[in-house]
Amino acid sequence: MKARGPLLTLLLAGAFGLCVGPFYWLAMAATQDDKDVFSWPPKLLPGGHLMENLQGLQESIGLTRVLLNSVLVAGVQTVGAVVVSVLAGYAFAKFDFRGRNLFFVLLLSTLVIPDTVMLIPIFQMMTELGLIDTYQSVILPGLVTPFGIFLMRQALRSMPDELLDAARVDGAGELRVLWRIVIPVNRPIIAALALFVFLGGWNQFVWPLIALRSPEMYTLPVATATLQGLSTTNYAQVLLAGAIAAVPVMALFLVLQRQFISGLLAGATKE
Amino acid sequence: MSLAPPERAPATGAATAPAGSAGRGARRPAGPDRPGRRRLLTRTSVPYLLIMPAVLGFAVFKAYPIAASFWISLNTGNGDAQRFAGLANYRRLLADPLFWTALRNTGLILVVQVPLMLGLALLVALGLNSAKVWLRPLWRLGVFVPSLTGLVAAGVMFSVILNRDAGLLNWVLSLVGIDPVNWLGSPFWARVGIVLVITWHYTGYNAVMYLAGLQGIPKELYEAAMVDGAGPVRRFFAITLPQLRPILLLTVVLSTIGTLQLFDEPYVLTGGGPDNATLTVTMYLYDNGFTYFDFGYASALAYALATIVSVLGILQVRLMGERR
Repeated sequence: MKARGPLLTLLLAGAFGLCVGPFYWLAMAATQDDKDVFSWPPKLLPGGHLMENLQGLQESIGLTRVLLNSVLVAGVQTVGAVVVSVLAGYAFAKFDFRGRNLFFVLLLSTLVIPDTVMLIPIFQMMTELGLIDTYQSVILPGLVTPFGIFLMRQALRSMPDELLDAARVDGAGELRVLWRIVIPVNRPIIAALALFVFLGGWNQFVWPLIALRSPEMYTLPVATATLQGLSTTNYAQVLLAGAIAAVPVMALFLVLQRQFISGLLAGATKE
Repeated sequence: MSLAPPERAPATGAATAPAGSAGRGARRPAGPDRPGRRRLLTRTSVPYLLIMPAVLGFAVFKAYPIAASFWISLNTGNGDAQRFAGLANYRRLLADPLFWTALRNTGLILVVQVPLMLGLALLVALGLNSAKVWLRPLWRLGVFVPSLTGLVAAGVMFSVILNRDAGLLNWVLSLVGIDPVNWLGSPFWARVGIVLVITWHYTGYNAVMYLAGLQGIPKELYEAAMVDGAGPVRRFFAITLPQLRPILLLTVVLSTIGTLQLFDEPYVLTGGGPDNATLTVTMYLYDNGFTYFDFGYASALAYALATIVSVLGILQVRLMGERR
């Protein structure tokens, strides 16, 4: 019985190694010369070719432009989806209105419908509107997230009504109540939602792969995947692109991990 | 609700922004408009204004595509030359050996991967929940990190890690005397490889969800059980599992939906090969829709998949939700 603590710690450290080990290898491989990526045994120390690989990526996929595309798409999507989710979540949580339950159930039921069902009609719609190969085509479909609206509704429901009514008695209009009370009080969960949406936008792949045509419009995942498909693939560069895709979300997560996990849990455990 | 006006709304808003903003400015009366605005924002009108953006977006990007996709599935022909064909696409689907191959592959991966991953996640969560373990926040952080990684980044990473001649995994295996495995190169091991990658990717996410569930179980339940003389195994089955049921159900349903829609890993790692061993339904759908532009057949595949997902989801809720 005494040995249980150390034994469990060791097992968890093993799980930690399995989860984090590949990232360590990735970071090292991204600094190797292309021919050393497939050397045996695998190189597990920094290789000194990082700048060369960065330059290679700049030439092959236009790294700075592709990064800017990714930041723009994920950033605008985050702001838009958070605004839509907070507004709708507030209405569902704190107002009685006709059609509330019906619409909420409809909204949630789309969670079980695979996104693939929607790909073709949205593709046709975007083609008709002449939006294929634009930022809008990638951003717009991501603005309504049933999960985000659900998360906000759950969070805002636990806010006491007296707080809102007190402000209303003091003469605050509905917009003012929202801006001055609802949003400040719920800032942590809103930050968590923003992180979720950003993560989804940053990593999204299938839809941008379909909607974007020209290499200078590609987001990082799309550019990385096309790079991998080439016969002359430089794997050190592909791996560096993968590492670059992984870095911002990990940095954000490290800074905001408390909120991130609490947001995950709020969505999972309430009701 | 009429679908036509909201469908146009985002496009005009994006394409002709100056005109749109001018119109908005003109509508607002100049001068002391305060009372007017007050009347507009009453407690009855406010909720409708609040849900307006969500309703518009829902109509355009969820409701309309779901309905349209069904209509498309009843048509045949490439690109613009569509004509109504009733259930022809569905009949074709039932007779298409590749569809059945894709469905079998997806099903195989599902029945192996979901229980494996959720079982591991539960074990990790139990470990992380034990007060005897040192450095718990560090382990929690580490196991969660893979779920932040995009599928493409994970895909390119594992395409090299699973390489037969120089991959990290075979090197680690060689340290304990195991011969190189032809991951991704043989039908059997390619499936195992895909299962490994998905499990690596999402186990920590589910573990953190379970951890939250574990921490929500009242301590008194365990204390009472110990007074009654229940051992650890008994306590696990009598208290922990039943208390975790809602969150177990949630993760089972979400993982099932996710795995049934599997696309990115095989797309990046194997391209559906070798010998179609990792061809999934969504990959086959993508090929038909966006390589051959056979939208009708691809939509029929999408509806078949949606039906399977819904039926499985309902079954799971029935089976796991009703038990007392």
